[in-house]
Amino acid sequence: MASEGTTAKGAITRKPRSLLWDSVNRLQKNYLAVGSLVFLALLVIVALAAPFISSGDYANQSLKHNYVVRSWMLGFMPETASPPTIVTEDGSRIKPEGDIVGYANVVTGSDYPLGGDDLGRDLWTRTVYGARISLIIALVASTVSLVVGTIYGLFSGYLGGMTDNIMMRFVDFLYGFPFLIVVILSQVYFKALSNRTSGEGFGQMIIDLNNAMGGVLFMFIAIGLVNWLGLARITRGQVLALRETEYVHAAKAVGAKTGRIVFRHILPNIIGTLIIVETLAIPGYIFTEAFLSFIGLGVNAPTPSWGIMIADAAATIRSYPHILLPPSIALTLTALTLQFILSKNGIEQPTYSPIIKPVPFQQIA
Amino acid sequence: MFKFIVRRILGFIPVILSVAAITFFASKAIPGGPFDFAGDRSLPEEVVKNLEAKYHLDWPGWKQFTSYMIGDELTIFRTKHEIDDVNVFIEGDKAIVNGNVMLLDNKTLCKESGYIVYGGFTIFDLDTEACGTSQGVIRGDLGPSFRYRARTVNDIINETLPLSAQLGLWSILVGLIIGIPAGIVAALHQNTIWDYLATFVAVMGVSIPSMVLGPVLIVIFANNLGWFPVAQWGAKPPYFENMFLTPGFDWINYFSHAILPVLTLGTGISAVFARLTRASMLQIIREDFIRTARAKGLHEQVVIWRHALRNSLIPVVTILGPLAASLVTGTLIVEQIFGLNGLGKHFVQSISNRDYALVLGTTLLFAVLLVISNLFVDIMYAWLDPRIRLE
Amino acid sequence: MAKEKEKDVLLHVENLKMYFPITKGIIFQKHVGDVKAADDLTFDIYRGETLGLVGESGCGKSTTGRAILQLYTPTAGKVIFRDADGDRDLAQTSGETLRRLRRQIQMIFQDPYASLNPRMTVGSIVSEPLEVHNIDNSAKRLKRVRELLNIVGLNPYFINRYPHEFSGGQRQRIGIARALALNPDFIVCDEPISALDVSIQAQVINLLEDLQDKFGLTYLFIAHDLSVVRHISDRIAVMYLGKIVELTESDELYANPLHPYTEALLSAVPIPDPAIEKKRQRIILEGDVPSPANPPQGCNFSTRCPKFIEGKCDTKDPAFQEVQPGHWVACYLYEGVHK
Repeated sequence: MASEGTTAKGAITRKPRSLLWDSVNRLQKNYLAVGSLVFLALLVIVALAAPFISSGDYANQSLKHNYVVRSWMLGFMPETASPPTIVTEDGSRIKPEGDIVGYANVVTGSDYPLGGDDLGRDLWTRTVYGARISLIIALVASTVSLVVGTIYGLFSGYLGGMTDNIMMRFVDFLYGFPFLIVVILSQVYFKALSNRTSGEGFGQMIIDLNNAMGGVLFMFIAIGLVNWLGLARITRGQVLALRETEYVHAAKAVGAKTGRIVFRHILPNIIGTLIIVETLAIPGYIFTEAFLSFIGLGVNAPTPSWGIMIADAAATIRSYPHILLPPSIALTLTALTLQFILSKNGIEQPTYSPIIKPVPFQQIA
Repeated sequence: MFKFIVRRILGFIPVILSVAAITFFASKAIPGGPFDFAGDRSLPEEVVKNLEAKYHLDWPGWKQFTSYMIGDELTIFRTKHEIDDVNVFIEGDKAIVNGNVMLLDNKTLCKESGYIVYGGFTIFDLDTEACGTSQGVIRGDLGPSFRYRARTVNDIINETLPLSAQLGLWSILVGLIIGIPAGIVAALHQNTIWDYLATFVAVMGVSIPSMVLGPVLIVIFANNLGWFPVAQWGAKPPYFENMFLTPGFDWINYFSHAILPVLTLGTGISAVFARLTRASMLQIIREDFIRTARAKGLHEQVVIWRHALRNSLIPVVTILGPLAASLVTGTLIVEQIFGLNGLGKHFVQSISNRDYALVLGTTLLFAVLLVISNLFVDIMYAWLDPRIRLE
Repeated sequence: MAKEKEKDVLLHVENLKMYFPITKGIIFQKHVGDVKAADDLTFDIYRGETLGLVGESGCGKSTTGRAILQLYTPTAGKVIFRDADGDRDLAQTSGETLRRLRRQIQMIFQDPYASLNPRMTVGSIVSEPLEVHNIDNSAKRLKRVRELLNIVGLNPYFINRYPHEFSGGQRQRIGIARALALNPDFIVCDEPISALDVSIQAQVINLLEDLQDKFGLTYLFIAHDLSVVRHISDRIAVMYLGKIVELTESDELYANPLHPYTEALLSAVPIPDPAIEKKRQRIILEGDVPSPANPPQGCNFSTRCPKFIEGKCDTKDPAFQEVQPGHWVACYLYEGVHK
């Protein structure tokens, strides 16, 4: 930058700095983005520490505790005639003293800090464990699509010619398919597969693993599989562009081999863009997971996911709106903070690019 | 222009065909069939076989597909009676239907005594009349539904699409009316409080998924304030006749029912439109031709309306195509939350139910709407940017 | 310099053709034509000399340079490189043999902003040739890099800096250091100064000349600026639309240009003497350079030539022949004139 008023000596002795350092420096001045990063860091910590900060048993049902609320939630509950009871720590119910008005049963003690759902499961525990699902999906689906898309695009772009042509026509063809229908089809397929319990070999191992993971594994595959297309296109475009840059020619001129050119010269220069493009898709992945779980094609019960929790809550929303709040707030805040980080200056929109497929609207709208 | 449209439409045919073929074979590849379950109990094998034979599901896949596409002698049945009129008891392999006992594995008995309801579903409806043969997709006949056996896929789409389309179109309208002006205002007053406000609200808008916004709106406006009703649509089919041709249509009632679901969908759309409009507007108003327009003394409003706006709408138009197709064909979540009988749920349920004809029907409908709206987008491009020639 | 020198050919280029195919179709690409970026070039480069290659942008100079280096695979022709191991046709070598030969042939690129990988430090850029050819261990390489930076006039302290922290002139010095790393015999300088500020240009030119003296380098110096080429070159080749139209010693070219295109080019160079400058007659060429995808019939220059001979220039390509000792030209005006 021109305004850098360093002396000649300072210029020589100052530390070298990479492009990454510059951008980190820029980010620090953006409070909204920094605040969002702090929130996401907390979310990661909460997800990691889930067994320690919650009861740990997200599947535990207690009919005594169905729809229980904390006393501070009562003002929020719809009014009804029936008097509430209080569920104490040992599970016994007592009539409240004073004039607590409300429908739901009030819970005391340290369990159920956010109340209970229709089956008497702890909302706090489920929300905290739900964060795990959302974050894992965000991480793994984006990694799957990043790795697949990048490798595909690198191959296609660097090999060029007929191979490139065929590989890209294939991508175009898949692009023409309605995204949602493909995801639903593959999820239904995987769900049908995962009902198979007796089988052998690698396939069954994957199915068992998926079932042990609460159905998350197949969701990674379904979401990751349909999302690598855009990235493959971008990678290929970038490779084609960089293949003709002077520094790649320079590397060729000094006798660098193909592997070195691709991995030392091309990949490091496009990986930043690719990661940015991929992170822009992360809110979409989180929404897709929530959407699939909402329609019953996501994680298997009783694994908690914000989408399933919202779907359950939406069914009883007129009487028990408190069930809706924890997963809704968690999902919205996560999406919001991601948006703040991903967009320029915190509130501007990320650069619009026609090659980046817009997030399907059944999810965002 | 005309040639362009004709050529594009001809170009759609292979696309639609391959979408149909792949969807058909992909849904076939999913383990299980449409008659595996009635409710949560499984059907006797014999009954499944009968049903599969009736719907030609015992044919090889390619034959099923071609007959589905070009029509065959597959008879479409319609039930004469309501299912509720029938009392059924199942006991082992025997069924007692309105007092008649019949063996479930005996075809003749079944044929004589009407239909059986098993686990709450009609599994064999013989008190039916043949209403014609399947004409094939090319003649606009999407075939019989395997699950809703009293109805054809065309019936289901006719029943549910109009509601979904109304919801979708109103939402797009809301998105355009709120989003574009908000984007323009934000861009023209960049880095002012208006800009920050608009962009902040827009970020909120894209960050709150409809599965959250819908219930929240219900809690606030229906439960607590009691302003609007939930669950139900304010008009009955046939919509056009009832709304526009019948005097005394209650528009207030209509909109009070529509406003919450439309807002739920429209907020996100407005947010997307606002961001796109703002971004492209910001870029456009820095272009040389805008500076020239200002330099030659044009009124600011003329500069914005005549020179900048048209160009800055191109990104909005780009996403309008896929957006319209996916909204008009139904938004599952909003319809489910607000209890509306739209097409959205059939996209998922048909696949879960292995209702192959309905899977294909909904997918084809979506694909056709998508290519048509993309064609519309291309024509809009040419109108917005005369440099784009349709060739 | 070269005049007294016995003509020791380092590089012999013969009938070099570099065509870029134009294709149509989405899946099955139909070959519908060629962009003839370099069309049938024949010339020699002598050891220790600087051959200037001039022409307007798009005439195929850079392509020629890159085709010699095998950065593009030539469509046809020979590029014979002669050293102690004898003659080798670069166009026929590939893979490991070519990779080994690259140690002797290097390139300096036009755009100092684009020719350095922004993700690599100066040290790794300059040492890359050494790494690629497995020369020395890392400590020795580091020493060599510092030495190279010193040679090109950069502070070795910059070794861990990234390219974006340097000015254009400094970057070009880094590029030169990279080209020198392998102790090459021959360097293609692809418009090494066109992207630089005028004030920096002279520094880089002087550096290149110093290096030539010091290491006995041979340059193919590509440029579009005639005055720069005149300053540095021993001989000059003038290119127009993929062909070399004239090739001779630099002083001869300026004193006695034969080809009408060369005349026109030289007439555009301002002369730093007001008296002569006043009398300078500019030859203004009419029309535009034809597309290299669709060159005119006959002589490529025939569409714009002020000395156009009808029925001759527009029928067949003129041969590229030596009309005076060491002076080659491709023009019908000099047909039958022999050395």
